[in-house]
Amino acid sequence: MTAGLVHVLAVDPVPWARSQMAFTLAVHIILVPLGVAWAFMALVANHRGIKKNDPDAILLAQRWSKCMAVTFAVGAVTGTVLTFEFGLLWPNFMGRFGGAFGIPFAVEGLFFFTEAIFIAIYIYGWKRLKPWPHFWTGVPIVIAGIGGTASVVAANGWMNEPSGFTLNSAGKVVDVDPIAVIFNKAMPLETLHMLVAAYLVGGFIIASVYAVAMLRGRRDHYTRLGFLIAFTVAAIAAPVQMLVGDEMARWVYNNEPTKFAAIEMVPKTSTDVPETLFGHLNAKGQVEGGFKIPGLASILSDPADGTSTQVQGLDSFPKGSRPTNAEVDVVHLAWDVMIGLGTLLALLSVWFGVVWLFRRDLPKPKLFLWLAAAAGVLSVAALEAGWTVTEVGRQPWIVFDYMKVKAGATTNHGVWLTFLVIVGLYAGVMVTLAIILRKMARDWRNGGDDGPSGPYEPRGPRPIEDAPERHVDVPVEVPVEGPVEVEA
Amino acid sequence: MNWADVVAVILMVGIIAYALFGGADFGAGFWDLVAGGAERGRRPRAVAQHAIGPVWEANHVWLIFCLVVLWTAFSEAFQSITLTLFVPLSLAALGIVLRGSSFAFRKEVQRTSSQRNFGAAFASSSVLVPFCMGAVAGAIASGRVPSGGQAGDPWASWLNATSILGGVLAVAVCAYLAAVYLVWDARRIGDEEMVEYFRQRAVGAAIATGVIASIGIVVLHDDARYVFDGLTSRALPLVILSAICGLGSIVLLHRDAHRGARLLAMGAVATVVAGWGVAQWPYLLPTTLKVEAAAAPDATLISVVVVFLLAAVICLPSLGLLYVLDQKSLLQADESASPEPAS
Repeated sequence: MTAGLVHVLAVDPVPWARSQMAFTLAVHIILVPLGVAWAFMALVANHRGIKKNDPDAILLAQRWSKCMAVTFAVGAVTGTVLTFEFGLLWPNFMGRFGGAFGIPFAVEGLFFFTEAIFIAIYIYGWKRLKPWPHFWTGVPIVIAGIGGTASVVAANGWMNEPSGFTLNSAGKVVDVDPIAVIFNKAMPLETLHMLVAAYLVGGFIIASVYAVAMLRGRRDHYTRLGFLIAFTVAAIAAPVQMLVGDEMARWVYNNEPTKFAAIEMVPKTSTDVPETLFGHLNAKGQVEGGFKIPGLASILSDPADGTSTQVQGLDSFPKGSRPTNAEVDVVHLAWDVMIGLGTLLALLSVWFGVVWLFRRDLPKPKLFLWLAAAAGVLSVAALEAGWTVTEVGRQPWIVFDYMKVKAGATTNHGVWLTFLVIVGLYAGVMVTLAIILRKMARDWRNGGDDGPSGPYEPRGPRPIEDAPERHVDVPVEVPVEGPVEVEA
Repeated sequence: MNWADVVAVILMVGIIAYALFGGADFGAGFWDLVAGGAERGRRPRAVAQHAIGPVWEANHVWLIFCLVVLWTAFSEAFQSITLTLFVPLSLAALGIVLRGSSFAFRKEVQRTSSQRNFGAAFASSSVLVPFCMGAVAGAIASGRVPSGGQAGDPWASWLNATSILGGVLAVAVCAYLAAVYLVWDARRIGDEEMVEYFRQRAVGAAIATGVIASIGIVVLHDDARYVFDGLTSRALPLVILSAICGLGSIVLLHRDAHRGARLLAMGAVATVVAGWGVAQWPYLLPTTLKVEAAAAPDATLISVVVVFLLAAVICLPSLGLLYVLDQKSLLQADESASPEPAS
């Protein structure tokens, strides 16, 4: 092409590649909890619906699966973009390490395929399949979701703790041990942490929708059930996550000292290290601002040794091999946000759990519903923060101690342009997704549009007259704009 | 045969599956695009949407499969391809986002204007993506992707005779496959008028595809000599078989025969894609990088084979279940937009 165009496009691709990867992952990771946990919640509702003959539960499962169809579709395409990006943004990383790093993704492909197949059967099987066989077609979705998460996190763990390969003198990967690649040191805890996070976030997102509905005065069985199923899942996950997270932090202390120094914002190696809340590093690399809790970082790192526990500081790692000061600020802030929000959500869960245990009811104060309504967004913020900690905390490495991000990036100068286009496109897609999910909910509230008829109808030619209550026949041509007054 | 060859065959199986299933999906979008105004195109669009509704995500997993096998087993080739073909691959990725999301959204909106907007995005990206994929294949076949994880020319690599031909051929193949499948789907939901509608288009698309493929032979002769030589020697049986299948499907469609056309159409496409693979053997990137030289260590290749076998054991029966349930009309879109059977 013309020299002018080449000149315009000649922008350093590395920061843009990082931004694009971060942005597309940040969007995709919101859809992950829905993909992993929502199917489980829908099955809980489905099970209850069949077992206890509860039409509201069936309706809930049916509607959830309809929404899932949309979120899964968007998750599938944003996931496909990530697959492309490994090549488009990080070709030099993939070219060198694909032979090891690629293995967990091959396994993930297996789970994703299974998930895509059964989600299609489950979502489209409501009408014509028999109740129990239909329920069981949903179970592989849950299993595949767990397996898929484990595989992808295994790949991420490998970037933090690369193992299972040797490099020859030319820097080529030789002698791969696939098991050691997948089950790298970081994999077990990271996987558990992400899985619990998926159920926690998925549960809080869905519960928050029904919390808002209850705040608006809808206290019917259907709304309560929607809230209870989702919130219970989240409320079990949140305290568990506190324990897993605590274990994880100590693991990072023992195995990834550079990241740990960034997390706790420790400039110099010392004992009796305070836990600093907020604050930042100044130009000299000293901690400025924030609240200090004396000795706590040391105590938490190794409770047995207490305040005499030594924490390695940033100064014990060479400058080009550890996060920059600005990156340390980001990691530390993200850490504080994750811990703060995680604790808040765990407390909210305990409140719910205690009241439920003694009274079999939701906590009475309105404040509870307000917090539950906010929990969806807060849990997503915690998820994003946690992911920021592990990714920015690894900088400047793409494969820890083996390859820096800069060396793995593409040399194509046009990345700034694809970044801008993708931001615009994703913004459009996410806003539309939100609008459409809202609209689906509104249409349902206004009395129907659950399709021509209810679930589990007999096979064979479709009967016309047996539509159960709540389900309204909407002819193809009629655009549904206003409320349809046919609610039973 | 060593492990590298086995994985290369697996990769080819993935590409064929993507062409057959993903391709038909894209083709349905092509017919959506050319179906005319909202009123006139309502029924063909409804048939197309009804047909691909339950199966589109599963169909497109094959793309992920191919990319993952390529980067895991043949990392260096993946590096060269993505560095060189940054532009068409970026366009394809953006097209996939636009296509998948607008398809999912269109189903859930009722207003005609919103349906039209999402429909337009869905349909135009359904043409853009296979074009880009075909152009990428053309770039590889004509030897424009260098080996050694190097970047070739960012523009000339995919804006050349072979790539343009590859792109146009890919779009035509998709349209052909989709039209043949849609004849079947229209018959399944009992819409005789649509059966006729797609039958005519299937014949037209089949002829167009044949013409483009014949022109392609001439283009390859001048622009991609290694692949041309392969197609006219060791891959010749596959080329002939493809032509026979294609002609057979036209005859069956023309006679309005109820069986066989679909299978023959699939055969025509599968053999031509396999022919490309055989023609450029033993090169992954003709004529600079051989399959064996590009391959990852054996343990990695074996993992890919194991995963593939597991997929064959787990996913293929599941996929079979999905298609059987779908074909028996046990999977139905629970939505107002689903077409009613014509009485």
